[in-house]
Amino acid sequence: MQKQTSGSLSQVQSAGPIPTLPDYQSDGFFDELVDQNNLARPDAEALVSLFNRLPPKELLRRQHAIEQALYRMGITFTVYSDKSGTEKIMPFDVVPRIVSAILWKHIDAGLRQRIRALNRFLCDVYNEREIIQEGIVPAELVDTAPAYLKECRGLKPFNDVWCHITGTDLVRDNSGTVYVLEDNLRCPSGVSYVLQNRHVMKRNFPQVFGASRVRPVTDYTSRLFQLLRDVAPPHVSDPTVVVLTPGVFNSAYYEHSFLAQKMGVQLVEGRDLVVESDLVYMKTTRGLQRVDVIYRRIDDAFLDPKTFRKDSVLGVAGLMDAYRAGNVTLANAPGTGIADDKVIYAFVPDMIKYYLDEEPILPNVPTYVCQKDEDREYVLAHMDELVIKAAGESGGYGILIGPQATQEERDAFAKKINEDPRNWIAQPTLQLSRAPTVVDDHLEGRHVDLRPYILCSRPDDVWVLPGGLTRVALRKGSLVVNSSQGGGSKDTWVVAEQGQAIASVHGDDTDPPEH
Amino acid sequence: MLSRVAESIYWMSRQAERAENLARFIEVTLHMTLDQPEYLVDPWEPLVQVTGDNEWFKKKYGKATCQNVVQFLAFDGEYHSSMLTCLRASRENARSVREALSTEAFEQLNNFYHFVRDSSPPQLTDPTADFFDQVRDYALMWTGVLDSTMAHNTAWHFMNIGRLLERADKTSRILDVKYFNLLPRVEDVGTAVDDLQWSTLLLAISGFEAYRREHQLMDIEKIVAFFLFHRTFPRSIYSCIAGVDRSLREIESESESELPGQARQRIAALRHRLENTNVKEVIAGGMHQFIDRLQVELNAVGDSLGQDYFYATYSA
Repeated sequence: MQKQTSGSLSQVQSAGPIPTLPDYQSDGFFDELVDQNNLARPDAEALVSLFNRLPPKELLRRQHAIEQALYRMGITFTVYSDKSGTEKIMPFDVVPRIVSAILWKHIDAGLRQRIRALNRFLCDVYNEREIIQEGIVPAELVDTAPAYLKECRGLKPFNDVWCHITGTDLVRDNSGTVYVLEDNLRCPSGVSYVLQNRHVMKRNFPQVFGASRVRPVTDYTSRLFQLLRDVAPPHVSDPTVVVLTPGVFNSAYYEHSFLAQKMGVQLVEGRDLVVESDLVYMKTTRGLQRVDVIYRRIDDAFLDPKTFRKDSVLGVAGLMDAYRAGNVTLANAPGTGIADDKVIYAFVPDMIKYYLDEEPILPNVPTYVCQKDEDREYVLAHMDELVIKAAGESGGYGILIGPQATQEERDAFAKKINEDPRNWIAQPTLQLSRAPTVVDDHLEGRHVDLRPYILCSRPDDVWVLPGGLTRVALRKGSLVVNSSQGGGSKDTWVVAEQGQAIASVHGDDTDPPEH
Repeated sequence: MLSRVAESIYWMSRQAERAENLARFIEVTLHMTLDQPEYLVDPWEPLVQVTGDNEWFKKKYGKATCQNVVQFLAFDGEYHSSMLTCLRASRENARSVREALSTEAFEQLNNFYHFVRDSSPPQLTDPTADFFDQVRDYALMWTGVLDSTMAHNTAWHFMNIGRLLERADKTSRILDVKYFNLLPRVEDVGTAVDDLQWSTLLLAISGFEAYRREHQLMDIEKIVAFFLFHRTFPRSIYSCIAGVDRSLREIESESESELPGQARQRIAALRHRLENTNVKEVIAGGMHQFIDRLQVELNAVGDSLGQDYFYATYSA
């Protein structure tokens, strides 16, 4: 019929050569989109074909268009030091990361298993402490962890769920194996970027969505809202849910307001709430109104100046009393941080065996716990091969990347380890997998990780958002993906299996998938 | 709704409306200087007086000129009520209550702010520059987006009250300072320059065409009446006050309170007075005195909103 169709398009549609990315080098790293011969992996063929059909500079043009859209939408960071309020968008890369259906099935199962075990651990460690009595996790590691809150001993959250919302960081090494790098059980951020990245990508690459059978993410906020209602105190039939934010100056404020807006609930600050007779109220133009469920995005220490930090002006005095009295649900529960302490992390595979009697599906990155004498000796002798991390830090702070460090830096860290072994762990330097990323007007490989988001309303009801936040280290050769350290993000496309719902090509797929 | 959110929405709306009115002041003055190259009267000094911050201006800028008044009113980041400062504050308020707005509303205000912030000041003292025209477009789109994408619920009514109180205040200032500083004596009425001033006044509230359709001829009483008492023109003072009254009734009917709040009582009294005053009385009694009192009452309504809704003391 149409003989004048452009040559490249008809080549792709016929049984032409398998798509490859011209001038792209995987440099011997494991690449998420292409294999070692630079050929597109099966699920990435539609995407790679599209890139090869684009006119020169088109990819760059779309990259700019998306950055403009994010700026217009006000999805920005404020640069605090600048008085005129300079803002930057979260760096975004237009090339999506694709996860095959079979790999996702593995990740999904592994994460669900992990959350089940972590919830069991949290119930146990604040109550019976059987895992400690059995000698599997040393009592001193738990009791000395800053995130272990004595004030939470004996608490029994509704349904025995402590971590309702989790963001777990995954990495792949050169073999393509997926490891759990860390669990974020307190106030994991970034899911708003997942949803907004998808939103702008659909506008810019509608045709590939259909061809790639991408699973939808937009029902996340409906699921989150349903979860928050489900975990309300049992006596409440129509619970009032709110999101609690530290306020507009918090770096994740955009996400807090985004989630509240999409769920249609009030975004409150501590000063909007008041506790009277162990009941929580918000101050409205019609007087006080009861609050039943709080999705709190404030750290434990600031939640309640009566119980935790006295100087906190972000929290609500008496909130913990209301919580203990069973009049309000806090999601996540206070105290969950003990389970994502970097030292306790090392014991998660043991927890899975102990509580579930199962083999861990997703391995931990091998971890040396400096509190243990033999581990510490090994770490001190091999500092030039290891990544060393402070147990109580996050966001890429308190890290030494041994192979790239100077002798002085290594000596300084050795001193710190000897002074306070409890606070340090070490892991081998993994070569994180890479993904093609727009650099100027061409593609280069950059290291990536992946943070899927997990919702849990009952111990046996765990749901994983198909996808998650792919963070990318934008600097050449860098392994640090944190946004606070100059990292960016990519859309993550989980490929659907036969019969699974996929993201619609046009507009927003707001309908929840059918079960 | 949350008291904090109601207050932020109210201020967001007032500040954006204030920015729009500043653009209107400057725009009509720029146009006027084109029609009046001999500068019979200095049009820039009154623009500074309208702000009530003459002392601050004099200290920083000295004598009022086209350049420095535009810089002062539009772009001065140090002045607490420049267009840019107002829009930044409005947007910050919007950001803090983003979840209570429609997505389109936030994005429109975000674009509005960025447009003003990114515009380069030097070119804008050129009266042919369409910058202020564009600002007015942005402002009209902003109000349109609010009205057509948000449910007209309590949040919208607080927004509406903010913009209408601000608008009533600015309309009264245009009438007061601008007209009476330019032509302080009633004897001057009827000259060619006077006709031009009348038109300019009406243009400043987008009321020129509406006035012409009703009255054709320029007439001092009719114009003052148009500004103060017009029943339906959206920038007349009466129309603004009546709108605030309606929104306060809506808010109160939702709040199930038994007694009308102080703000409601005050706005109802003001509305009643406007309904029972005619323009001859206003002019005979002194226009400036009338407007002065009006502004004091508008401020009192704003204060009462705080007492009634924003930081009332609560008991469970």
